[in-house]
Amino acid sequence: MSEYRVLVVEDSPTMRQLIVFALKRIRNLHIEEAGDGVGGLKKLSAQKFDLVVTDINMPIMDGLKLVSLIRNDPQYMEVPVIVITTEGATEDRDRALALGANEYITKPIQTARILEVAKKMLGI
Amino acid sequence: MTDNNDSGAIHSRAEEFLQVFKKGAEFTQDLLKENERLRFRVLELEQQHRAETPTVELKLLRERLQRVETEKQQILDKIGSVEQENLSFSNRYAEIEAENNLLANLYITTYQLHSTFEVSEIIRIIEEILLNLVGAEQSSLLLRDENGQMLQAIINESGDPQVVEVEVGDTRISTALSEGKSWIACPDELKQLDETAVKAAIPLLVDGDVIGVLAIYRLLAQKDSFSEIDEEIFNLLGAHAAMAICTAVLRYENVGRINFRQGFLSRT
Repeated sequence: MSEYRVLVVEDSPTMRQLIVFALKRIRNLHIEEAGDGVGGLKKLSAQKFDLVVTDINMPIMDGLKLVSLIRNDPQYMEVPVIVITTEGATEDRDRALALGANEYITKPIQTARILEVAKKMLGI
Repeated sequence: MTDNNDSGAIHSRAEEFLQVFKKGAEFTQDLLKENERLRFRVLELEQQHRAETPTVELKLLRERLQRVETEKQQILDKIGSVEQENLSFSNRYAEIEAENNLLANLYITTYQLHSTFEVSEIIRIIEEILLNLVGAEQSSLLLRDENGQMLQAIINESGDPQVVEVEVGDTRISTALSEGKSWIACPDELKQLDETAVKAAIPLLVDGDVIGVLAIYRLLAQKDSFSEIDEEIFNLLGAHAAMAICTAVLRYENVGRINFRQGFLSRT
């Protein structure tokens, strides 16, 4: 059985823990965590991932920049990306989708929603 | 004389033969008639049989149809039962998912609240929990002052907790403070309240004493009501946030920074 590798990029430890908690329900899943876009990009360049889950509002490098860099690098441009948006306002979400994000989740976060979208992206 | 006798005998025998032949001919005629009658009868019976056969087949087909109809009804009943069971499982799955979400939220809230001794960190965690798990965009942590009368709002400016004195004009906050009971706006109230109004007031309790109130002011745009999970998180925050703050303050005032690497048991 193949192992899925997921990268969670989120500056808030609370949110990171919640996302990891939800994703751990998927069997054969390996999760890597990063606290901002720069850390996420380092991990992406070092290993192969099947999915990236990223917050938009983060210090140093935000999620929108990360999505843009992912989509413009042949090494990992095919990796599906889920963005987490803070506001109900559609501006960030639309920008992320326009930059190449595949799906979005709006806060407050429901574990079932994370699981549902991640499974869809992983084709499970 | 002899010739006459012979001739008479021959004539007699010829007559006799003719009689026999006649009878034979009559018998043959009778046989032919009987044969014809029987053949007619056979035809009659064959026609009758043909006429009766569809009735029998129809009866058999009707019986078979009845059996099939009964089987169909049984299958439909079974499908209905399976669909009902499926719906029941689906509802149960949704309930379990909701419970799982609740437990995940409560676990993470507790885990994060008790993961630090730093007051500023605790405040940041409370804000994160309220924003990410509840959907509260603006909230305030109000603590009683040393006289137990005024409330002081603790705010995090650049990671450094500061105290700002506030007048408590809101009756919901006053009630939460005096009676130790939570107030959470119902969906209808949320529609009527203006943006700056208090949407929820949660007392912070330690050993039954109210040390402050957690006030929720503004919710995220897509948040139009508080859920049961939100109420559970508020209850948990009411108890654990107060305890985490007290522990952090006591540790800051009395112990200073603990060096756990030196061993914890030696302090007991």
